[in-house]
Amino acid sequence: MLAKIKSKWTYLAIAALLVFLILVPFDWFLGQYKGLAIFIGISTMVTVGLCLLMGYTGQVSLGQAAFYGLGAYFSAVLSKTYDVNPWLAMLIAAIATGGFAYVIGYPIFRLRGNYLAMATLGLGLIMWILFRQLSQFTGGPDGMAGIPYLSIGSFVFDTSFKRYFLVWFFCLAILLISQNIVQSRTGRALRAIHGSEAAAESIGINVAQFKVKIFVLSAVYASLAGSLFVHHLRFVSPQPFDFLASVKLVVMAVIGGLASVWGAIFGAGTTRILSDELLLSFGEWDIAIYGLILMLVMIFTPEGLFVKLKDVFGRLRLRHSERGAES
Amino acid sequence: MSADQFVQYLISGLTQGSIYALVGLGFTIIYAVTRIINFAQGEFVMLGGMLSFTLAISAGLHLVPALLLSVLIATAMGAIMYLLAIRTAKRASAVSLIILTIGAAIFIRGIAGELWGVDFVRPPFFTGRESISFLGAYIHPQALWIIGTTIVVTILLHLFLSYTMVGKALKACAISPRAAGLVGIDAKAMALIAFAIAAALGAIGGVVMAPLTLTAYNVGVMLGLKGFVAASIGGFKNPLATVAGGIVLGIVESLAVGVDWGPFTSSYKDAIALVVLLLILILRSGRLAAEERES
Repeated sequence: MLAKIKSKWTYLAIAALLVFLILVPFDWFLGQYKGLAIFIGISTMVTVGLCLLMGYTGQVSLGQAAFYGLGAYFSAVLSKTYDVNPWLAMLIAAIATGGFAYVIGYPIFRLRGNYLAMATLGLGLIMWILFRQLSQFTGGPDGMAGIPYLSIGSFVFDTSFKRYFLVWFFCLAILLISQNIVQSRTGRALRAIHGSEAAAESIGINVAQFKVKIFVLSAVYASLAGSLFVHHLRFVSPQPFDFLASVKLVVMAVIGGLASVWGAIFGAGTTRILSDELLLSFGEWDIAIYGLILMLVMIFTPEGLFVKLKDVFGRLRLRHSERGAES
Repeated sequence: MSADQFVQYLISGLTQGSIYALVGLGFTIIYAVTRIINFAQGEFVMLGGMLSFTLAISAGLHLVPALLLSVLIATAMGAIMYLLAIRTAKRASAVSLIILTIGAAIFIRGIAGELWGVDFVRPPFFTGRESISFLGAYIHPQALWIIGTTIVVTILLHLFLSYTMVGKALKACAISPRAAGLVGIDAKAMALIAFAIAAALGAIGGVVMAPLTLTAYNVGVMLGLKGFVAASIGGFKNPLATVAGGIVLGIVESLAVGVDWGPFTSSYKDAIALVVLLLILILRSGRLAAEERES
């Protein structure tokens, strides 16, 4: 299944996606939604990391918003308070966040299943409390504004139109890197770990090391997404990095089908469109309805909506080609 | 910290810890019987408190029927949650079940926020509000109710699990679901009972706590987490160990708030429970991993 040969359909789908993504921010197409599309790109970056972690190693993280938030706050504080170049701040943020994930990775990944879920949840909440309480650095619950835009030379990313392309450039780069990792020796090792840790260990795969590596990678992805997030909004507060944010990220990964890097776009897209646009029409009932949808998706398609849809399309295509063969 | 202050902090820690213990018991029972961690556990504490406010103040019911009815309604909702959400998700993986119960928690909280608004409310005290002097410290009568209720509930639960047929069947399921199935115990019925009992325990905690600590639609998040820490300290197996875990957590939190930490002010109180949680999980990781392999 996973080591499937790429058909012409896959290439066509990816080409169509690229054309679609390039057209989105133009006013005659979906221009009024480019803000939403930027957030989808940012969420996708975090989700890809989670997909690698959850789908390929079978480990869950309910605290991914912590790394997302660390990236955001490192970038915000360094570039605004300490006048560090935003790109350098972004790099420092990614290294620091990755380093942090590395240090906590070894003790935390000795846990599995529910216990790992709880440990990562606790970690996420501790970070969230720190974002709120270290107000001399972070601005506390009210947050901090006036974070500079990213720029290259004299070219400043000062419009949503420009930032759309910046965010999706990063997002697609991360997707491609991840796709390569999945299809490499590392990817096969990860799938072996998902299948059976004992078997993987017995053929010489250092399970603990691989898990931590992927954990660090997912943390770096999240950190980059957080940096882009603050340079887009030019504002940071603890709220986007709370427990619900971690849950939403896991939901994006699960809807995207976990074991599919490209499903991450689908997962992030549907979840974002749902919670940022569609649910708003329900007014104050949006939270309850979000919870309800979450339950329904988990009850009826626990393997992920994306995988389910792919199955349905696959079956349709099969029927189509069978008919073609008959005539 | 003087001796009087120490006793004062000890009492408030014991009070708070009793609530954690009740919530933790709910986690322990559901986990032992079904291997599910119910992230909606804290919401039943909220439901208990909010319902008791509505019934006793808004509807003007007498206190005793109001309290009983609150616990009863919350218990029924726990059972309904199992029947509608958990039981129908047959193919769900561990991750899906986690998200499912989180979804249930968000759903319950969302509806509560709409029904009751976002303000804190205070249901009536059970008996008076004059604090009683005790060893140089003061203890609120409602705190005595909280501690007393926890003791009584723990004893009743222990008797129920040890001496009734249903209780023993629950225990059997906790030890080995397959073996329990072989001797004719209906695992699904036991899971239903576990969810109902857990909801009842949470709601009892909610109704005794609310007059003292106030309650709002979103108190379930933190209380659920603290209850989980209590259950972790207890190892998710033994109800008595969970109660001890809750009380230890309450006292540690309370004393830590009392000590002057300089820049680390008492606003870090919630972080203490989380650090305790991480330490316990990591220190026990070897044993926990072995358990997961068995089940």
